[in-house]
Amino acid sequence: MELTVESVVFLLLSAITLGGGLLVVSTRNLFHAGLYLMLSLLGVAGLFVLLAAPFLAGVQVVVYIGAIAILIILAVMLTPSVTQMPAIFNRNWALNLILAVLFFALLISVVSPALDDLGVDNWSANFTEDSPAAVPADSIVQLGQDLVDPDKYMLPFEVASVLLMAALIGAVLLVAPGKVGDEGEDR
Amino acid sequence: MVPLWMYLVVAAGLFSIGLFGVLTRRNAIAILMSIELMLNAVNINLVAFWRYNTPVDLSGQAFAAFVFVVAAAEAAVGLALIISIYRKRRSVIAEEVNMLKW
Repeated sequence: MELTVESVVFLLLSAITLGGGLLVVSTRNLFHAGLYLMLSLLGVAGLFVLLAAPFLAGVQVVVYIGAIAILIILAVMLTPSVTQMPAIFNRNWALNLILAVLFFALLISVVSPALDDLGVDNWSANFTEDSPAAVPADSIVQLGQDLVDPDKYMLPFEVASVLLMAALIGAVLLVAPGKVGDEGEDR
Repeated sequence: MVPLWMYLVVAAGLFSIGLFGVLTRRNAIAILMSIELMLNAVNINLVAFWRYNTPVDLSGQAFAAFVFVVAAAEAAVGLALIISIYRKRRSVIAEEVNMLKW
């Protein structure tokens, strides 16, 4: 891979994404973990910009960082742990680490040209494409039109709205106190 | 440009990190954070394949948008569940929510 500006930016954003992810799963302080999650999601938004999908990058920042991650941090603050400093990993952490590394190796073996360079006959395509066709200039307009086109994605779009409404009602019902004097305790 | 497999490797790495977090963290909210990492890895994959294979047809971006929607709905309901459990049991350690365990 030659040393262009794009590859340097890609390496930087990947480091932010993966580093943030590693910190999320290994910090003891949950509030910090939420902040590292925001950092990782920001790295993903940067990768979307690099992949010529600026609308999705904007949606990522507004929805994932600006709503989901903030909701997670809110929940962290609403559920403080009463015991001091419990263990953060459960008993099987070594086995799970081995499993995660093996899974990563399995994915790499299919996706990257590493196995092919070693001479193994990798039956799947190596995805070594590095000069793709240009994105049309009106891709965002086209995305909007596709989402409401009855021949394309109007049905999943409407179903997604129903899903969000169901999630909204369900979440409110789950945390609403039942009657007056119920154990709806807030601090 | 950066070859496609590098984006896929980044997504695979993020997915594996999220997988480790889901399997290993004891706090239920940390498990939810790791699930969000996995969903983001899926989104990176979708957008990378869209960019490199079919940049003219926007199905990849539409698919990624729907993954956003599902992730948001699932995070909201999951966090509502966790808060509800916390109210009853004063703890969000996933191992201690074991009434339905054998």
